[in-house]
Amino acid sequence: MRRRYIAVKIDSDQTAKKEDVYIAIWNSILRLFGEYGASWTDLRLIEYDPENGRAVLRCSHEALPLVKASIPCVTQIGDRAAVIHIQLVSGTLKSLRKKLISMQKDQC
Amino acid sequence: MQRVRDAAVKGFIDLHLCPNLKDQDETRLMIEKSAELGYKAVGVTLSQKFFRSEAEKIKKICSEAGLDFISRIDLKPANTTELLKSLRLLRREVEIISVKCGSKSVARQAAKDHRVDILSFSPLDMRKRFFDSAEAELASKALASLEFDLAPLLYLRGYRRIRLLSKIREEALIAKKYDVPIVLSSGANNVSLLRKPEDYAALSYLFGLDLNDAKKALSENPLKIIERNRRKLNPNFVAPGVYIIRRGKDCPDG
Repeated sequence: MRRRYIAVKIDSDQTAKKEDVYIAIWNSILRLFGEYGASWTDLRLIEYDPENGRAVLRCSHEALPLVKASIPCVTQIGDRAAVIHIQLVSGTLKSLRKKLISMQKDQC
Repeated sequence: MQRVRDAAVKGFIDLHLCPNLKDQDETRLMIEKSAELGYKAVGVTLSQKFFRSEAEKIKKICSEAGLDFISRIDLKPANTTELLKSLRLLRREVEIISVKCGSKSVARQAAKDHRVDILSFSPLDMRKRFFDSAEAELASKALASLEFDLAPLLYLRGYRRIRLLSKIREEALIAKKYDVPIVLSSGANNVSLLRKPEDYAALSYLFGLDLNDAKKALSENPLKIIERNRRKLNPNFVAPGVYIIRRGKDCPDG
């Protein structure tokens, strides 16, 4: 099965728990596409850095548009208002990390 | 000079920020956030009464944040007479005029009037969305664009969001059929409703707009409106295709 890796940035005034981030994204997918749609995503939270508010998600290649549409619809994580921005999408974890490093260098 | 200014806005544009202009901190926060999210220009809705003073203040904030400021007024006329009166008064004052169509007669008049740049409809009341084939045909001839605010898709839940999505999907299809440009804007009134342009493009999957069209709706389409109107607002503009190139002493003798 082909997969896609999505790097996201969490914008919130408090650090969110890993489970809460995962649940918030799942809930957004469920609200928009229902259980049937969610079953196609094969969504996993691969990495989470609470200090910098960064996370890496994995989903199936076919369900990428569906997951990308659901992520901006997250308006709260746990009981706190929060926003999740998509930073990068890549086919492998290795290339995602490479792109992230070069993106951070560009920003510096 | 004009070319230099136009070049500055190339990139993503959020044509519809609606901060509470009385709260200057919130306005500044929203503009700075827009710059951080990767927009090159923002359109801020001004009030009809105090648009000049508000525009000055916001222009300053935008230039500090490195953004191009686009002045915009949202008209909400009760009838066509009110619409025509407002257009006469404001057309030469602001860069973007949007009409929020609350009735069918206003929607039709707005769609056929060349002075209207953007048509927008209520995100909450589906009976007040009058964008059908007839409306699209008029809008296409008058070069008016159809605007979709995306913030309601973020804060609405359940049945209301379902209805809105289905209506927007239908309108997007009609707009495409009649070549009416679509403009995607945030319509955000607070920072938490702001998203990156790429996020908005991804969100447009929900109403059947492909990624290229969505990116156009966030960059090219609003840019075309701005360029067209800035040309018209230029003091050297006389009529389409006619510009003053020299005045007074600049004119050669004889």
